[in-house]
Amino acid sequence: MKKVLVVKDSDRCIGCYSCMLACARLVQTSYSPLRSAIQVRTRGGLQGKFAINSCRGCREALCVESCPTGALRAREGGGAVLCEDECRGCGRCADACPVQALNMGGGHPLVCRHCGACTSFCPHGVLELGGSDLQEDI
Amino acid sequence: MIGRRPKVLEINLTTEEAAVHVRDDLGGSLGGSGLAATLFAAAVDYEQDALSPSQPIVMAIGPLTGIFPVITKVVSMFRSPLTGGLGESHAGMRLGMALRFAGYDAVLIKGRARRPVYLVISSRGVQVKPAGPLWGMTVEETGRILREIEGCEGHRSCLRIGPAGERLVRFAGVNVDTYRHFGRLGLGAVFGSKQLKGIVVQGDLTDFPVEFPREYKKVYEEAYSRVTGTEVMEKYHGLGTSGNVLALNELKALPTRNLQSSRFEGAKEISGEEFAEHNLLRKLACAGCPVGCIHLALHRTSFGSGQEYEFNQLAYDHELLYALGSMLGLASRQDVLCLIQAVEQAGLDAISTGVALAWATEALARGLITEAELGCRLDFGDLGGYLKAVVGVVRQESELYRVLALGTAAAAARYGGKGFALVLGGNEAAGYHTGYANMVGQAVGARHSHLDNAGYSLDQESGLSLDQLASKLVQEELERNVLTSLCICLFARKAYDFDLVERALGSVGIEWSQRDLYELGRRIFLQKRDIQRRLGFKQENVQFPRRFFETPSLNGMLEPWQAERLLGEYLTKVDQLRMGTLPGGWVTAT
Repeated sequence: MKKVLVVKDSDRCIGCYSCMLACARLVQTSYSPLRSAIQVRTRGGLQGKFAINSCRGCREALCVESCPTGALRAREGGGAVLCEDECRGCGRCADACPVQALNMGGGHPLVCRHCGACTSFCPHGVLELGGSDLQEDI
Repeated sequence: MIGRRPKVLEINLTTEEAAVHVRDDLGGSLGGSGLAATLFAAAVDYEQDALSPSQPIVMAIGPLTGIFPVITKVVSMFRSPLTGGLGESHAGMRLGMALRFAGYDAVLIKGRARRPVYLVISSRGVQVKPAGPLWGMTVEETGRILREIEGCEGHRSCLRIGPAGERLVRFAGVNVDTYRHFGRLGLGAVFGSKQLKGIVVQGDLTDFPVEFPREYKKVYEEAYSRVTGTEVMEKYHGLGTSGNVLALNELKALPTRNLQSSRFEGAKEISGEEFAEHNLLRKLACAGCPVGCIHLALHRTSFGSGQEYEFNQLAYDHELLYALGSMLGLASRQDVLCLIQAVEQAGLDAISTGVALAWATEALARGLITEAELGCRLDFGDLGGYLKAVVGVVRQESELYRVLALGTAAAAARYGGKGFALVLGGNEAAGYHTGYANMVGQAVGARHSHLDNAGYSLDQESGLSLDQLASKLVQEELERNVLTSLCICLFARKAYDFDLVERALGSVGIEWSQRDLYELGRRIFLQKRDIQRRLGFKQENVQFPRRFFETPSLNGMLEPWQAERLLGEYLTKVDQLRMGTLPGGWVTAT
């Protein structure tokens, strides 16, 4: 069964952005951390904790459901796959995702491939590729 | 086309106009220190005071900023209101990344706003916005407001000054993203003189394609594994630089009570080890740095009966524990954190504040200044007076505080006590009493920083002659000019040797040989000296406070004539470097 990206413990994040830069560099071939399917943010500035927005690999994905053109399709193991040719860049998928995992940074949604490029660059082991069962945080 | 054609954003606060210039002529400056020095030399008004509206503020990143690990710094240059000479200060956190993805290699700000303003810089240009209600606000509150009103487009950075900068305290700093600073030499006062309360930078560009994916991936991964997988960076991530407190204390090198002693009986209590055990809350990283050297302490203070507490998260490192700890004889972590909090919220430079207060404490004890002028007593080890004096320096309601706000050198010139004013090259000295290389290195370094040439480290190598120390001071500063032109954090200096630098540049399509890099280092070294000289700073005239020779150092008691001899040797090396006759091959990659 295909694996999905799991945010194991965002409390251990130091905000180095290495995961975003890895996704941008290795998947999107871009230097910009905005071209990353995983997004690290601060909550309330740097005095707050870091928040990591990433695809949770839903089995019945709301993004797929919301796509008017069928460009987003269910990915085996969870999450979605994008057929870029069919995407109009309307952004409904990003609006539909309640965990803010879809980033329209490229004019179309940057859909997590659950490839693990980011996980190997996290210095604190916050990220990993895990089982494909729907994620449960506890 | 990263970095080959530097894009410079010029902002005039007087006219509220801005323009972007692509400077094909400046590619040879690489970035950071090199690019900033060239822009600054052309823009500075050599005749006018540092706080004149005509003076520029330059900020520059390097061609690899934001796209290689630990290349996170931004170099600022300005005329220092503290020394009158060249002001150069470096800061990290999110600013480098934000400028990179706002699309600018450098920002140059001139003029003076007609009322308090803040700037919003993004790829779409600059907005000048009124900041009247923010004037007078602390650093923290200003940051909160700017974050909230400017929202979040892309990856953002937020610079701001506190009341100290507004009131032109000559050693006020600029806060960068809460936990880093453009400290040293008074950029905060330059912001204040321009009525510039803050700058928000939005790194909003998404279209930044990698040109050579295979090569870039390969070199990135090598750099990443060097900084995370080897020992070279571990000390910065572990205890952090605060590990120096106990180490230097053991070596008789920790300036204590205005360097009346080089050992502190309270060193263990305020050591990095004790902070880690009792106060360390978490660590943070600058954007693009997997090391994470920023140590945050939880500072919890009781403010009433019935278990009432307020809390803050404060960054600490060696320099703060020295300047606001051992220098003032403060031997409790709680006291040191209270003082750090006060200094942070006012927006003061921590080292300069600590050294100035240490001078004032001794000057009071010797009867050079009075309790009435201070409005409080200052005694080593007593927090209460220091908290009041920090407010005094910011508000400047008496003549003494107005002079103290000009810096320690100015205060000693006015009231006496130059012998125990711990100033080198006009700048308050950093926390190392290691020996001659530290003292001379800070005095002659282009930014009078211990980080210019790491004399404190050379002093710890045994068996070096004065001639060798002089050579190494020059060589170290020359090489660091290359690293800071690339905006590589100096903590990563051992990871980024020139071979890796050459390949990293090559992987993004910038061809520089190691020989070119050395030549650049030499050129910047001499260029900064020329700027210093034109601004009135003469290396041959530097003086060393007597106190350095009265207290045992790591290298035992120091002698004035030896310091003078090292200075002489150093000046000879600089002349040889200028003439191209310096032995040792610094302009070739050996």
